[in-house]
Amino acid sequence: MIQPASPDLITVNVDGREIAVPKGTNVIEAARLAGVDVPHFCYHPKLTVVGNCRMCLVETGMPAVDPATKTPILDPATGKQKVNWGPRPAIGCATNAAPGLHVRTTTQMVKDCRQGVMEFLLINHPLDCPICDQAGECMLQEQATGYGRGYSRYIEPKNVKPKRTRLGPRVTLDDERCILCSRCIRFCNEVAKDDVLGFVDRGSYSTLTCYPGKQLENNYSLNTVDICPVGALTSTDFRFKMRVWFLKQTPSIDIESSVGANTLVWSREGVIHRITPRRNDQVNDTWMSDSGRLFYQRVRAPGRLAGIKIGDQSATLEAAIAAAGRLLQGGSVAVVGSGQSSVEEQYLTRQLADCTAAPAYLVGRSGVGDKLLISADRNPNVRGAVVTGLIKALPTAKLEELAIAIDAGQVKTIVSVGEDLIAAGLTPAQLAKVAVIYLGTQADWTSAAARVLLPSLTVFEKNGTFINQQFRLQKFSAAVPGPAGATDDLVLLAQLVAAAGGPSLASEPASLWTALAAEVPALSAISFRGIPETGLVLDGTPWAALAFAEGAGLHFRPAART
Amino acid sequence: MAEQRRLIFQHIDEPGYSNDLACYLRHGGYEVLRKVVAKPPAEVVDEVKKSGLRGRGGAGFPCGVKWTLLDRKSGKPIYLVVNADESEPGTFKDRYIIHQDPHQKLEGIMITCFANNVKQAYVYIRGEFPEGARILEAAIAEARAANFVGPNILGTPYSCEIYVHRGAGAYICGEETGLIESLEGKRPYPRIKPPYFPAVLGLYQCPTIVNNVETLCHVKHIAAMGGEAYAKIGTPNNTGTRIFCVSGQVKKPGYYEFEVGKLTLGQLLNEVCGGPLPGRTFKAVIPGGSSAKVLKFGERYKGKRKVGAEMVDFDWALEDVPLDFDSLALAGSMGGSGGVIVMDDSVSMVEALGNINAFYGHESCGQCTPCREGSAWMQRVTARMVHGQARKEDGALLKNIADQIAGRTICAFGEACAWPTQSFVAKFGAEFEAYAAKPAKSPAAIELV
Repeated sequence: MIQPASPDLITVNVDGREIAVPKGTNVIEAARLAGVDVPHFCYHPKLTVVGNCRMCLVETGMPAVDPATKTPILDPATGKQKVNWGPRPAIGCATNAAPGLHVRTTTQMVKDCRQGVMEFLLINHPLDCPICDQAGECMLQEQATGYGRGYSRYIEPKNVKPKRTRLGPRVTLDDERCILCSRCIRFCNEVAKDDVLGFVDRGSYSTLTCYPGKQLENNYSLNTVDICPVGALTSTDFRFKMRVWFLKQTPSIDIESSVGANTLVWSREGVIHRITPRRNDQVNDTWMSDSGRLFYQRVRAPGRLAGIKIGDQSATLEAAIAAAGRLLQGGSVAVVGSGQSSVEEQYLTRQLADCTAAPAYLVGRSGVGDKLLISADRNPNVRGAVVTGLIKALPTAKLEELAIAIDAGQVKTIVSVGEDLIAAGLTPAQLAKVAVIYLGTQADWTSAAARVLLPSLTVFEKNGTFINQQFRLQKFSAAVPGPAGATDDLVLLAQLVAAAGGPSLASEPASLWTALAAEVPALSAISFRGIPETGLVLDGTPWAALAFAEGAGLHFRPAART
Repeated sequence: MAEQRRLIFQHIDEPGYSNDLACYLRHGGYEVLRKVVAKPPAEVVDEVKKSGLRGRGGAGFPCGVKWTLLDRKSGKPIYLVVNADESEPGTFKDRYIIHQDPHQKLEGIMITCFANNVKQAYVYIRGEFPEGARILEAAIAEARAANFVGPNILGTPYSCEIYVHRGAGAYICGEETGLIESLEGKRPYPRIKPPYFPAVLGLYQCPTIVNNVETLCHVKHIAAMGGEAYAKIGTPNNTGTRIFCVSGQVKKPGYYEFEVGKLTLGQLLNEVCGGPLPGRTFKAVIPGGSSAKVLKFGERYKGKRKVGAEMVDFDWALEDVPLDFDSLALAGSMGGSGGVIVMDDSVSMVEALGNINAFYGHESCGQCTPCREGSAWMQRVTARMVHGQARKEDGALLKNIADQIAGRTICAFGEACAWPTQSFVAKFGAEFEAYAAKPAKSPAAIELV
């Protein structure tokens, strides 16, 4: 037996392979580490173990030891220690790895168990895969490929259950497809802390439903759809819209708050169809909010800006940049950056402020944190603005200082990177006194009043990074192309810097990071390509004195401030 | 003819014996409790261990061992849960104790509680026993008024309360962890073991003893006569007396109490119960409640068994099988709950299995896949067969479904629903095949539960 590398590791044997696993690992996870797949339905790594699907039955055994002498009993045929295999199969989810535990997943007994469970799960299943939204990402379908009979021995009538129960505003349930794994029930109890789902009736007639008078309406309800192993719980928004195998998955970050939940954006031919959480055990586990899934609608929102304009007139990009350059070189400039911009954009925004000698502002957004995956700071990247040096103090919700400066006649030109200045506290009268260069995606008061309007991209159409509340640097990627007429913010900012008489700067993240790493101490030695999928935690101590707004969340405890 | 030895059922059906406290006291009631509370609690535990008492609920697990498994170091309270959810078809012993001699049971409970330092005991009584629950409540009130139950019993510092909780009508509530879940106010989904052994993580995640009503009555008699004296009753490893609830096609069905192992199945059915009905012959018997495997008349059981320290050959006809836990296990069935169900040659085994399967299909809690889907499937197959659409392959199919359930479920219900099918098909396979050739019966002709 290989000796474990650390006292917290124990050695187990899965299908003849010895592997050291952390204490407390169950057999499913231990097998995963050994590269062996143990099929399962009800087990979910982030929920309690109930052991009800019985799909993960495996054979387990312990090395044989002579009870009298405590010495290992050797198998004369192989010379190795004999293994006492248990007479019955054990469920992998509820069996914890013990030192010396042996697991077999390829024996006839295990195969019989899996085939038996599959047959049982399918006898009352409607088998409506052709019209089922889960098809293509269905655990039942997948395991049926491996362990299904291929024909049915069941000739009795199938159970009839409710087909389209609206459990809440966003979730629709098909009870006939439900395999009663109870993942959704456990999620609501254990993660969302909203005890709303349960089973009624018993035996084969057991039916999932909401408690009387309650609805599945919490802001995390769509996670039940994600973890449903079959097509029982479906997203009312996504239902019957698209076959999942046509969709391209792009890793992204939720921009709802400073939590920065990791997400996957599912798109086809330039159209986003849904957003789901991406597992990150240090940030959001496998969860995300319902509200964060709606942001993709901004891509094709009715007010999406797509035409470059100088005043009321359509213009080319060159002409617009030139016009902006004249304004910027006229002096008395102020720059309004955004906590929704990427680190790279904030870096270029700072460059723009530096070369025009402009004061830089940021618009704060705050709300009530839900102690889970939405924090009180509703900007995804305030820390980016701090780290890149765009701002020194934390932003307020209203641009009071800028308003005073306008009233005092100290400002002639404002560059706003995606922030509606009226919403940020300026009055229309104040706005009328200045020339606004506006980079934005949505028609609003500021776009209507802008002297130079430069349509830009949403988070789903560009590459970049955010720094979340944990000072974790996280990457997002372009899922779909932007509309014709919209230009990447980085290109616009780099050209504005050049037009204002500043240096010639890179306009795509990988090259920009060379400059960032060289210039910003906290980001030294980081390359854009080198940032892992699950992010990179930066040292936040230089900014420990700042009073960030977040309270405790799922994987976040605010640092105590003195 | 074998003589009954009535220990638990001493006063059952005795003319003039009533279920009130005064009558119980006239018959020496609560004297054992009085004796016990004057001694250290560990003594009772020792006596129970010495007695070799095995649980009378179905599994036959040694009671003393069960008590020693209790996690006494956790610092959490220890609970006693009395399993009075007598719902195994064919079993009707606990209800007579509750109805006619409730104080015997309460005394057994109090002795057990005192021995294990239990401060709260719960009697989980089957929902279909409303009268039993009423009688128990009344008996507890009487006992409390007389200071046998409640604070500082019999002038000692020891206090213990007994609460009655009525079930809502589910067979699975007789499974100890399902019962605990139900008692906690949840759906009675049995818990996974490990880690949820009641002795460690039972009621409210505290160490808990779950004992059957009859078992607790035996505890009273063990405390009265001493463990060694009790161990002399019955046969080694199968001590004490046992109540057999005989139902079905015999001349004198009913309940009979005998020393364990001192009586054979043949003696019970032919001598005690008067043999088959006129003109009939016995065909099969289920010896331990409907979930036990069926035994077929004409079968022989051969092998080696342990007598004392040595292994001895045995060769039994069904009638020779001694009625104890070990012998019935050797014959391929089990003593179970003591419910003996007798079938004569008028019975169709397909229809009998249809009835049993209808019960288990209806009672599966639905928590885990094999039992939930398998029991319902077997129910539907046998129902179809008796309704005249049997196919030749149905017997093999039934057995295969049962094989896919047994040993793969969360609780023992998997075995309970699989064993009847496995044994019926194995032993009466020809009857199942012949059924396919039978003309269709009108569905109304056979009323399944």
